[in-house]
Amino acid sequence: MRSPLARWSVLSVSLALALTACAKGTGGGAAPTQSPGQFNPGATFQGTISVMGFGATDEVGTTRVDKAKASLGGADVKLIEGDLDIQQFLSSVAAGDAPDIIYANRDQIGTFASRGAIVPLTACIQGEQIDTSMFNKNALAQVTFGNEIWGIPEFNQVQITMANAELLKEAGLTIADVNGSNWDKVTAAAKKLVKAPGGKLQVIGFDSKLPEFLPLWAKANGADLLSADGKTAQLNNPAVVKALEFAVGIYDAQGGFAKVKAVRDSADFFGKGNQFAKNELGAMPMEQWYVNVLNDVSPKAPLTFDTFRTPQGQPLAYSSGSAWAIPKGAKNAAAACRFAKTMTLVDSWKAAAQARLDKRNQEKKPFTGILTGNVKADEEIQKMLTPGGEPWDSGVKAFYEANQHTFSLPANPADAEFKKAWQDAVNRVLNGQDEPQAALDKAQQDAQAALDKAWAGWTKQTN
Amino acid sequence: MSPSPSKVPRRRSTRFVETRAALLFISPWLIGFFIFTAWPVINSAYLSLTDYDVINDPNFIGFDNYVTLFEDPKVGLALRNTFIFMVMSVPTQLVVSLGLALLLNAATRASGFFRTAFFLPKMTPPVAVGILLLMLFNGQNGLINSFLGIFGIEGPAWTTDPDWVKPGLVLMSLWTVGASVVIILAALRGVPQELYDSALVDGAGWWRRTLRITVPMISPTLFFLFIVDSINALQSFTEAYTAFFGSGNTTYSNDAALFYAIYLFQQAFEFLHMGYASALAWLLFIVIMAITVVQILVTRRFVHYEGERP
Repeated sequence: MRSPLARWSVLSVSLALALTACAKGTGGGAAPTQSPGQFNPGATFQGTISVMGFGATDEVGTTRVDKAKASLGGADVKLIEGDLDIQQFLSSVAAGDAPDIIYANRDQIGTFASRGAIVPLTACIQGEQIDTSMFNKNALAQVTFGNEIWGIPEFNQVQITMANAELLKEAGLTIADVNGSNWDKVTAAAKKLVKAPGGKLQVIGFDSKLPEFLPLWAKANGADLLSADGKTAQLNNPAVVKALEFAVGIYDAQGGFAKVKAVRDSADFFGKGNQFAKNELGAMPMEQWYVNVLNDVSPKAPLTFDTFRTPQGQPLAYSSGSAWAIPKGAKNAAAACRFAKTMTLVDSWKAAAQARLDKRNQEKKPFTGILTGNVKADEEIQKMLTPGGEPWDSGVKAFYEANQHTFSLPANPADAEFKKAWQDAVNRVLNGQDEPQAALDKAQQDAQAALDKAWAGWTKQTN
Repeated sequence: MSPSPSKVPRRRSTRFVETRAALLFISPWLIGFFIFTAWPVINSAYLSLTDYDVINDPNFIGFDNYVTLFEDPKVGLALRNTFIFMVMSVPTQLVVSLGLALLLNAATRASGFFRTAFFLPKMTPPVAVGILLLMLFNGQNGLINSFLGIFGIEGPAWTTDPDWVKPGLVLMSLWTVGASVVIILAALRGVPQELYDSALVDGAGWWRRTLRITVPMISPTLFFLFIVDSINALQSFTEAYTAFFGSGNTTYSNDAALFYAIYLFQQAFEFLHMGYASALAWLLFIVIMAITVVQILVTRRFVHYEGERP
């Protein structure tokens, strides 16, 4: 006769096997094919569509959501606010309870697509007759994976050069010395602008904005971090190494990154005590939305703007933004497609811009524009801008110009790991733990291994 | 004398009824335990043998994740960081908690107020503590360095210099010692006054009384805190993640703050390597078990339990 211990052991193992047998996802493989017939511009919808990752917290969002809601012809829209929580989103897809549409960063789309978490939008675009030619080509490229479009892009973020005019003047410099067009001049300007009495850094001369802007410095030096097909990492390309050496060297010339970061962290970035208003920063490349922030909180700050420029003097910006995507298992994919279409239509953007313009007029502030990711909408909105005087008009002009000269990293199935690899490398150099070449050599290995594995998984799914 | 035959079935029957009642009463807990603890544990053991990304079916790969784990230099780095943090923070926390508890024990009138005051920081959410760390320990304008500046000391770059990141986190962990203080205080109140009276008669000073009476008498409590704090330190996540890896700081990170739980989280929820993350979790479990067993064996002779045979 078996002992009680043996009986309990058998029972436990059986239970474990029974439970682990249930440990499954919803089934892998490529997302199910959809037909254009599902998506009909004349159709109306009932019920509620759930939108994850979009808050519609301002007039630009609410105006378009109202229009999108109206376009559904009866269905209600439920917004699940806050940034897209990847864990929550993927769990909901795995559990078969996916939202109808998600609002994600464009650089996440490749990863979601490769794992079958979202569906291709080819049928949606054909059926709803979405004119993809109106989207910024880089924005569209970021959501194109395996020759199919997986997201409808919206918004565009670009960088321009922002500087403190008074500090430049004191140092005998101009914006041309810090706009990136001459790296030697930028280093020299950083040294002239920096103020560190007694070794305590008070004014950052130039912030090259590492680690996040390595792709911008590398591209300005003629190198892409990732090949155009998204398959080959190019992190230890000599041009990237040189760009990193230069951008880190800027901090070294000012007493090291640790001090710069500490001053950067202590600034009231979004408030009146921002580093430009308090004369604590000479210059930096920064995304265009910060022009609006500065105009709002410190309209009298001594600012001056230009595009970020390559050593050849050409404007350049690293484009990023958001996109609408339909999850696998979305219960109302057709309504979701209509929602995405309406949110990104030229008319919707114009209405949103008008709402923003009205609000700004009420506040007696200039309307400084919105970069939508939609080329036609951008053109229309640019006509609606109101003058704000200098330096703000120059700032707005600079970011509209930058918007014409963008690049972006191509969609790939291992974006998070790829990004982590090069950002970790930059951080190791900034912390003095590695030299640029060694750090990027290691990052190259890590990034390529992640890309190879992820692309192999995608190939296996599609074959 | 053996029980009479007539009594045996009745005893068995009583025992059965009692067991059944006991099981019935604890069944809500048992059900919860199996669903929310046992099942995830068993599942994670299975997932650690698979390639799993949440969306697609787990793909059984045997022990590949464990092989990868031993070849992954970041696992070693994260374990080293976590272990150093534990070695630095646990004794510091214990000494500070004991010191504060001794002070509180000596206080008479205002002890209630101070007990609350010491405990209040424990109520601060760990995320807020992480943000607080960045502000207090800012190398240029932080309060800590400003304070050191009063004495002519140039404070280090706590949040950016890899050599000072962990000491900064250790000091910040003292923010929440309030709970330990309250536990030690309760133990101190249980030390018989006669022991101190006898020691006083023998001419023992405060220091001697503390070392020879107080510490041995509350050693089970100190040991309990030692084990619990060690396990907490090995699972450290929120404060370091918020300060160095979380939202708003997503691009700048510091390898010196890469604790094991943070690396596990990154693998699971940023890279969607759930299988690998499960293997990491099991390694952490084994490490915690091993360290705890070693601690129990090493400290056994220092812990004094009342009523235990000498």
